[in-house]
Amino acid sequence: MIVARNISKKFSGVTALANINLELHPGVVNAIIGENGAGKSTLMKIFSGVHTQYEGEILFNGKPVKFSNSREAEEAGIAIIHQELNLVPYLSIAENIFLGREITNTIGLLDKKQMNEKTTALLGRLNFKEAPDTKIAALKVGQQQLVEIARALYSNASVIIMDEPTSAISDKEVDNLFSIIRQLKSEGKTVVYISHKLKELFTIADRYIVLRDGATIDAGSVQSVSQDELIQKMTGRKLTLEKSERVLTEAAKLLSVKNINLRHPLIPARKIVSNISFDLHEGEILGLYGLMGAGRTELMETIFGLHPKTASGEVIVNGRLTIIKSPANAIRAGIALVPEDRKLQGLILDQTIDSNISITVLKKIQQWGIVLSAQKEKELSNNYIARLAIKTASGKTKVKNLSGGNQQKIVLAKWLATHPRIFLMDEPTRGIDINAKTEIYRLMRSLAAEGMGIIMVSSELPEILSVSDRILVMCEGELTASIPVAKASEEIILKYAIHKN
Amino acid sequence: MTAMPISYNQHIRRFQSLIALLVLCIVLSVLTDKFFTAANGLNVLKQVAVNICIATGMTLIVLTGGIDLSVGSVLALCGAFTAGLLQNGIAIPSADLFIGFTILGAVLVSVIAGALLGLFNGFVITSFKVPPFVATLAMLTIARGFTMLYTGGHPISNLGSGFAFIGTGSIIGIPVPVWIATAVVLLAVFITQKTRLGRYIYAIGGNEIAAKLSGIRINRVKLMVYSIGAALAALGGVIVTSRLDSAQPNAGISYELDAIAAVVIGGTSLTGGKGSVWGTVIGAIIIGVLNNGLVLLNVSPFWQQVVKGGVILLAVVIDKIGEKKE
Repeated sequence: MIVARNISKKFSGVTALANINLELHPGVVNAIIGENGAGKSTLMKIFSGVHTQYEGEILFNGKPVKFSNSREAEEAGIAIIHQELNLVPYLSIAENIFLGREITNTIGLLDKKQMNEKTTALLGRLNFKEAPDTKIAALKVGQQQLVEIARALYSNASVIIMDEPTSAISDKEVDNLFSIIRQLKSEGKTVVYISHKLKELFTIADRYIVLRDGATIDAGSVQSVSQDELIQKMTGRKLTLEKSERVLTEAAKLLSVKNINLRHPLIPARKIVSNISFDLHEGEILGLYGLMGAGRTELMETIFGLHPKTASGEVIVNGRLTIIKSPANAIRAGIALVPEDRKLQGLILDQTIDSNISITVLKKIQQWGIVLSAQKEKELSNNYIARLAIKTASGKTKVKNLSGGNQQKIVLAKWLATHPRIFLMDEPTRGIDINAKTEIYRLMRSLAAEGMGIIMVSSELPEILSVSDRILVMCEGELTASIPVAKASEEIILKYAIHKN
Repeated sequence: MTAMPISYNQHIRRFQSLIALLVLCIVLSVLTDKFFTAANGLNVLKQVAVNICIATGMTLIVLTGGIDLSVGSVLALCGAFTAGLLQNGIAIPSADLFIGFTILGAVLVSVIAGALLGLFNGFVITSFKVPPFVATLAMLTIARGFTMLYTGGHPISNLGSGFAFIGTGSIIGIPVPVWIATAVVLLAVFITQKTRLGRYIYAIGGNEIAAKLSGIRINRVKLMVYSIGAALAALGGVIVTSRLDSAQPNAGISYELDAIAAVVIGGTSLTGGKGSVWGTVIGAIIIGVLNNGLVLLNVSPFWQQVVKGGVILLAVVIDKIGEKKE
């Protein structure tokens, strides 16, 4: 059993955890729930020895422990399976499981035979029939997860922490994972399950612990609580957004794309985006839905000028044919793009909020035509910090120290600073908490009310349905539907996303 | 709004190379009475002036996440070119044309020639996605080869007392190379701290994809920094040639390593995005003071190399420890 007492943790002045108290019981699936930024991942990183600087005390089986690295935690029997899996893609399953604890024979060489045999046995326990010498790269995400679990089983971990394990796997794989979790539970292991998919929790979890803003809000038996109650505890308030009833097809066209095609960079015969045409009207929020690989992101990138060599088609902005061969061209045409992955594509994490926001509009904060004005930059950035309610001590804070929701607001701010007429948003609320989501939805609505045209790519149907005025659906590179939201439902959208018309 | 949250640790890190320099100076002042004199101070600055010029350009390149190994060869080629222009001018017999060069003319043309070599580096790196390490490694060899071809392997000497002023003269008691290096540094500090180009340099080194999506013309910025870097190497070539009153075909060998050392000791990250020109200046002076002090202490030149290497390691290790704490 793990007991945490008064755990607190700060990142450069920003409180991530404040006096956390909780218990994790053996032979039970303990669900830790909370919005992003609630402190779940930080807490797990403390349990697993990743973060070593914190206040408070951890008791593991009655004894106080303080791990100075993740290896120590692992040796004590705490294994964590990260959201981003930690496997070496070009090594085999067996090599990954035994990485850092290889079995050697009498003269010190690797005993591959024994390692492969043990791997086969471990995989057998998980009902996973795959040769031990298969390379990780050849496995699906769900299967890779099983390898991580096998690794934890081999290290004989008594506590297994799973961070958002179902975020990237199919329903069938989820069922399989759940049966393995039940098995681990029956073996008396402490399973810690982190997720914000509440439905799953009711299927798999026995106990729940709710974190909010870095503090423990409540804990108890899953049977004794309802989904609505949990949401209440997680958010403090509910997500409320009226379904749009606006019809804007009569409004002026801000953007028309005609016959957009995007060839595969390596296989010219293959099209990633195929013959797509649509209009975006003034004040309209266009939801763009599609399954993984449907080509949504690539379509946005093409409009934004990121594929000048492999794309073809016409882009008409404000009734004028516009050649967009680079992001710089797109920005000049009044287009902005919030990219899919804010850390990789949207932000310079090591730099301050100020310089991240001003990067798109440095010309506007120049004096005498050449010198950047620190004063103007500060005004610009403070303006957006206030307007978007970005939670920070000051504009001089490094972006890497902010929560996901606040980081995403910085990305929005740097683009709003360019005063775009057309705003492309690729998964604008991915991985951020419900409060920040609601704020972003409201912002989108108010921008649209001012006449901006927005295209929102999203993988979440409820989000698409509650935010959009009209919905475009893509399937395998083609546009399969354009539906006013009033006539749309999850079933209809999915039908177009799966089957071609 | 509350004040900017900077921890004690971060303050120390910002100034750690300066602190190291001060400690070094105090230790040397105690160990030898020849060190802490105005004459010796100017001597050190004069010796590091060329490295400061080169290392300043290198800093801009390293901040974008690149590197330039060709600066030593570019220095030699452009130094030789300056000497050749001064001595022989350009003669085109077929057109019955002869162009003679004033000192300023020769210097300007050579620095521009240097910039063009850098532009070529940048072109190879941006157009063909050749890693900077490889592209500039090739230029290192190519430029050295051209230096040999141009000079026939012989020094070009006797360039006149006017030209010698650049490397050996003084203005109000301060050597001309020190004035030049100061101007270069101030300009580079201005560019990196106060202009759009500077921001773009840091942005590209910090996250190239995000910089590109923000509308920054990445290739243009890279062409610019490689050109500036090579132009400053050419300027270094002018100073070296002037100081010796002679262009040596094997001048500048391994200067790229001294420049990179100054950048690294000064706390600039080789992966880009973090660091400063001031840091590099301090790094270059640390190397200069170390060389000077070890000579004054009669340490063998062989040991000097060992110590210099040790200091580079120490600088990087301290930096990494600081990073971890943060």
